[in-house]
Amino acid sequence: MLEKADQLFVLLQHWVMGLVPAAWQTATGIVLAVVAIIAVYPTLFALAVLLERKGLGRMQNRYGPNRVGPFGLFQPVADGIKSLTKEDVVPFRADTLVHFLAPLVLVVAVFMGFAVLPMGRNMVLVDMDASLLFVFAMGASTELSVFMAGWSSRNKYSLLGAMRAVAQMISYEVPLLLSSVVIVMMTGSLSLEKMVEAQNHYSYGLPHWYVFTPWGLAGFVMFVIAAMAETNRSPFDLPEGESEIIAGYFTEYSGFKFALFFLGEYVGMFGISGLGVTLFLGGWTAPFAFLTWVPSWIWFFGKVMLWICFFIWVRGTLPRLRQDQLMNFAWKFMLPMTLLNLLVAAMWRFMGEGWLRWAVCTAVVVGAYVLMGRTGMRRGQIGPRSYRYAE
Amino acid sequence: MSIAFVLVSALTIAGGLAAVLLKNLVHCALAVSVAFAGLAFLFLQLDAQFAGFAQILVYIGAVAILVVFAILLTRGAESPKGESVFSRAWQAGLAIAAAVFAVLGWAILQGAAELPANAATPQVTVNDIGHALMSRYVLPLEIVALLLTAALIGAVIVAMHEKERAK
Amino acid sequence: MLGEGILKGLAETAKNFAGSYVSKERLTTVQYPEERVAPIEASRVFPFLVYDGGDWQAGLRCVACQICEKECPPKCIYIEKSKDKKPDYVGKPQIYPARFDIDVSVCMSCQICVEVCPFEAIKMDTEFELATDDRFGGLLRSRDQLAKSNEYYHGIHPTEAAEVDARLAEEKAKVEAKAKAAAEAAAAKAAAEPATPAAKPAGGESK
Repeated sequence: MLEKADQLFVLLQHWVMGLVPAAWQTATGIVLAVVAIIAVYPTLFALAVLLERKGLGRMQNRYGPNRVGPFGLFQPVADGIKSLTKEDVVPFRADTLVHFLAPLVLVVAVFMGFAVLPMGRNMVLVDMDASLLFVFAMGASTELSVFMAGWSSRNKYSLLGAMRAVAQMISYEVPLLLSSVVIVMMTGSLSLEKMVEAQNHYSYGLPHWYVFTPWGLAGFVMFVIAAMAETNRSPFDLPEGESEIIAGYFTEYSGFKFALFFLGEYVGMFGISGLGVTLFLGGWTAPFAFLTWVPSWIWFFGKVMLWICFFIWVRGTLPRLRQDQLMNFAWKFMLPMTLLNLLVAAMWRFMGEGWLRWAVCTAVVVGAYVLMGRTGMRRGQIGPRSYRYAE
Repeated sequence: MSIAFVLVSALTIAGGLAAVLLKNLVHCALAVSVAFAGLAFLFLQLDAQFAGFAQILVYIGAVAILVVFAILLTRGAESPKGESVFSRAWQAGLAIAAAVFAVLGWAILQGAAELPANAATPQVTVNDIGHALMSRYVLPLEIVALLLTAALIGAVIVAMHEKERAK
Repeated sequence: MLGEGILKGLAETAKNFAGSYVSKERLTTVQYPEERVAPIEASRVFPFLVYDGGDWQAGLRCVACQICEKECPPKCIYIEKSKDKKPDYVGKPQIYPARFDIDVSVCMSCQICVEVCPFEAIKMDTEFELATDDRFGGLLRSRDQLAKSNEYYHGIHPTEAAEVDARLAEEKAKVEAKAKAAAEAAAAKAAAEPATPAAKPAGGESK
């Protein structure tokens, strides 16, 4: 029974595939999985937007949306209807074709990443060798769509936002990639399925997730920060900075195209948190050995939603960075730390089992963190803001 | 020749042509990235996953963005109106292109003779590529790494120098 | 240490998040249509016409002098004078507005009409729910919609209304005293008519 619940969606897919003639079965299976992904993530998007608005409200001691339906639960529906029925305004001087293509390219690229994410036991659309590389390749192609949107709008704010977004995404892609490379070093594979399998062991009832190692924890923290920057989440939301450049690269978008950008942003967030969960938090594996009976997909989506909640929490807490702080942080702190983390992971790999490698690796990671934090803060490159004229 | 191959190669060629023939420089850059994407699809069709994804990651994710940045930071995206897209030295360009094409074509024809007519697709996994890079091709890899490190440090020094002068 | 402030901030927002579910005092939001705050005395939104007594048509203080119409910066007041006259609060026959419209969509709540009115006839209201679903006729408030009793005025702006009433009473008293004096003078004159005409300047002095 529990086995069936775990494999519920796989069995459903096989059942539908059994209904069609043999020649069509593979195609049917693929279409079903794609439809499922395209149905599930926008639903989660609606949920996340509501959660974000409610959660941010509560953090600021407000109620948040509570008018549409009980407790405002139907707010996303109202938002959806609103954005669908709004007029689609295209600026007179805009580059019509590029302006039209940009949101499409973004949404397509963002959804492609889910093709290789293992969302549960046996629940991966394409199990390919280089799936990690695939996710990063798809993430990299969103940059171009952001640029297309910003440039084609013929608006100074859009262009500024696009330039900021692209510069930021390129800068933070480096630590994002480097912090994931430690996992590749440990598993010896680029396949996300194999990474989950490698973490699916338990000792004393606790899982062998990579986050519970010194290099894994350091990599995890770096990954979370870089993921926030990649998805333009606060405190790295300079490309959208409402107070400075209105909405950045999608200032000139309205109606359904704006909704597509919004969707792309959130679905990108799910994608990157799904990747982070797979890399560091054991993917669909249960957090305790005695909980392995709970269906694996519940764990995956639960962890992703928890990650999103953390993003919301951070958004409710931190103010926006300045451009130079952003770049300093990426190149003078994140990059050296991730490079050092590679070294630590290599040390861990070759020191053999035992407490010694725990002690040495922890000491190196913590020592480097404290040292770099101290130096950076003393030089004023990272750390608290200081203003010359205000205060 | 499959339909997919025809479609993808048509897309690639169209992208390449558009990159050369379009007037607007940003459009050219975008067309180039279409050509890059087509090339990546061609790699993927040949079961070369690593090369295909690396193509997307490096060329669309970095090179195309770099080109776009360069266009926007150096000159306006608009080309002057009324001017032909062809440069005045188009004969020289044609000659160079023909020469490059001839060399490449000659190399391919030379190589084709040595290939077996119906070779089975080699199963090259990412793992194999990694092993090859770390054993047989370790020297080229290290040289490339050294070059890239030198370039990185050079870029940092250039940036630092400018900052000092600004002070 | 680096990151310490971030952790502190996260703890703060977490405290706010949890606190907003526990203590009602944190949530200062007033959920408007269901809950309302008591109106503030000094608030002013849109003008209304004051009338005395029970009947608005009889008691309307406005005498259609059209000063407010002329002073109104966005020109949102439309007045038509009446042909006949009716007695005002002191009993003097005055013309009254046959038509008095104010356009809500044009009015900018500047209160200049109130400042210039010499008859204390137009005052500012605190009523702010003026939205209608008819954007042409519905936004033009006519005489009968604008007329509100002096008691209502006392209800929304008690201090100001008391001042106005005192002023009006004083004026009325003055007029009455004058009328009385005039009547007395007339009576005295009538009485003194057969007597010496020397009483005349005394009557004039009493004015």
